Amino acid sequence: MPNTKHGTQGLKRGFAKMVKNGVIMDVTTPEQAKLAEKAGAVAVMALEKVPADIRAAGGVARMADPAIVGKIVRAVTIPVMAKARIGHLAEAQVLETCGVDMIDESEVLTPVDEEHIDKAKFTIPFVCGARNLGEALRRISEGAAMIRTKGEPGTGDVAEAVRHMKLMNKQIAALKGKGAAFLKKKAKEYRVSVRLVKEVARLQRLPVVNFAAGGIATPADAALMMQLGADGVFVGSGIFKSNNPQKMAKAIVEATMNYNQPEVVARVSRNLGEAMKGTEAKKLQESDKMQARSS
Amino acid sequence: MLVGVLAVQGAIAEHVQALEKAGASALKVENRQALERVDALVIPGGESTTIGRLIGEYGLYTAIRKRAAAGMPIMGTCAGLILLAKEGDKDVQRTNQKLLGLMDTRIARNAFGGQRESFEAMLEIPVIGRKKFRGVFIRAPTIEKAGEGVEVISRFEDRIVAARQGSLLALSFHPELTADTRLHKYFLGMI
Repeated sequence: MPNTKHGTQGLKRGFAKMVKNGVIMDVTTPEQAKLAEKAGAVAVMALEKVPADIRAAGGVARMADPAIVGKIVRAVTIPVMAKARIGHLAEAQVLETCGVDMIDESEVLTPVDEEHIDKAKFTIPFVCGARNLGEALRRISEGAAMIRTKGEPGTGDVAEAVRHMKLMNKQIAALKGKGAAFLKKKAKEYRVSVRLVKEVARLQRLPVVNFAAGGIATPADAALMMQLGADGVFVGSGIFKSNNPQKMAKAIVEATMNYNQPEVVARVSRNLGEAMKGTEAKKLQESDKMQARSS
Repeated sequence: MLVGVLAVQGAIAEHVQALEKAGASALKVENRQALERVDALVIPGGESTTIGRLIGEYGLYTAIRKRAAAGMPIMGTCAGLILLAKEGDKDVQRTNQKLLGLMDTRIARNAFGGQRESFEAMLEIPVIGRKKFRGVFIRAPTIEKAGEGVEVISRFEDRIVAARQGSLLALSFHPELTADTRLHKYFLGMI
């Protein structure tokens, strides 16, 4: 098309704005993707295994088979995302050709590099995980159009996502009204431009959409993360590892949108059956924590 | 003048900001009570399947249709353009998507493709002046067919991307993602 621009920062960050207040669900088959769409998901994450199964299987976790990703892209009309390994430029390129709408450069998969992908070079946007403001700002500097907490994926324990969101909020609040010298010092500490730190200080939030992820397993978990300031939630293993995925999916969607109305969260939480069993994140060995896989 | 922004899901805060910049007061409309208070409504961009499903469950579907029938102006951007339409495409049918059915239009979802095909382009929109408007198209829908009472306000490569029918305004793109408030002002002029 003549006189048109693709892959601009406005289009990338704008895409993320369209999924705000919504739930993005991990799916492994076209049938699951359709169920998620029907339940009101704003997007799906196409995977070969959900994080809980990746954790259980061990070994090297890689991007999903492009055939699976392609089938899921064709199965639904809502956006489809897929995960590439941290630093794996070629996996991200493959996923872009598969027609996915956004790439998650994710610690759920086994990283291949300490440096992250140069995301500005891609036409489609990226989302990246962060445990604190420094990580978030470094990912944004590399071109991420959306941030999510890392939490501790595949555990069903929301504690780590809570910790990451609260820390980020505290670090953003600490920039408020501070002088140039302080912001310059912080920029150096976070290894990002002073301009970006100044922008965060002024906005009092990240300049991109910020979701919660990692361990969200119930409607109340989603409502909690929204109350802590998340723009929306990713639910990984929490839906298809529960007893009644359809009911759980719909309930988490409603709880996310009505997070400040406890009576709605209560209503949708009734008789959901068992949530995923999960693992307490604190009891994991340090080497088994996915969140520590990049900084 | 109080303009509501349907606050179910999507780019809600961006429309609130744009409306305030254009000189109106804005209210997030989460329920029927809030809808009763506003003079006009914006249906923002987001996922039309998600928004459509949820307005049905909170009684907003019927309430919006009633207010529209009584003449309340509505501006729908992107997902909002889809929800305003009478007729959907095969994707709308497959997903059993319920449309508000207010405008005499048939729409096509994701008309240009997925996010890789999303684009920005300068549009000619004579009703807001000669200066072109930067259209931000994100997995955008278009109007495939417009009935007689529908005024086409802008086309991009022969496809209808902006249209008005009485007090209803539908846009394929996202004026709330730009600093240009001319379309929001144009909408305020319809109230």
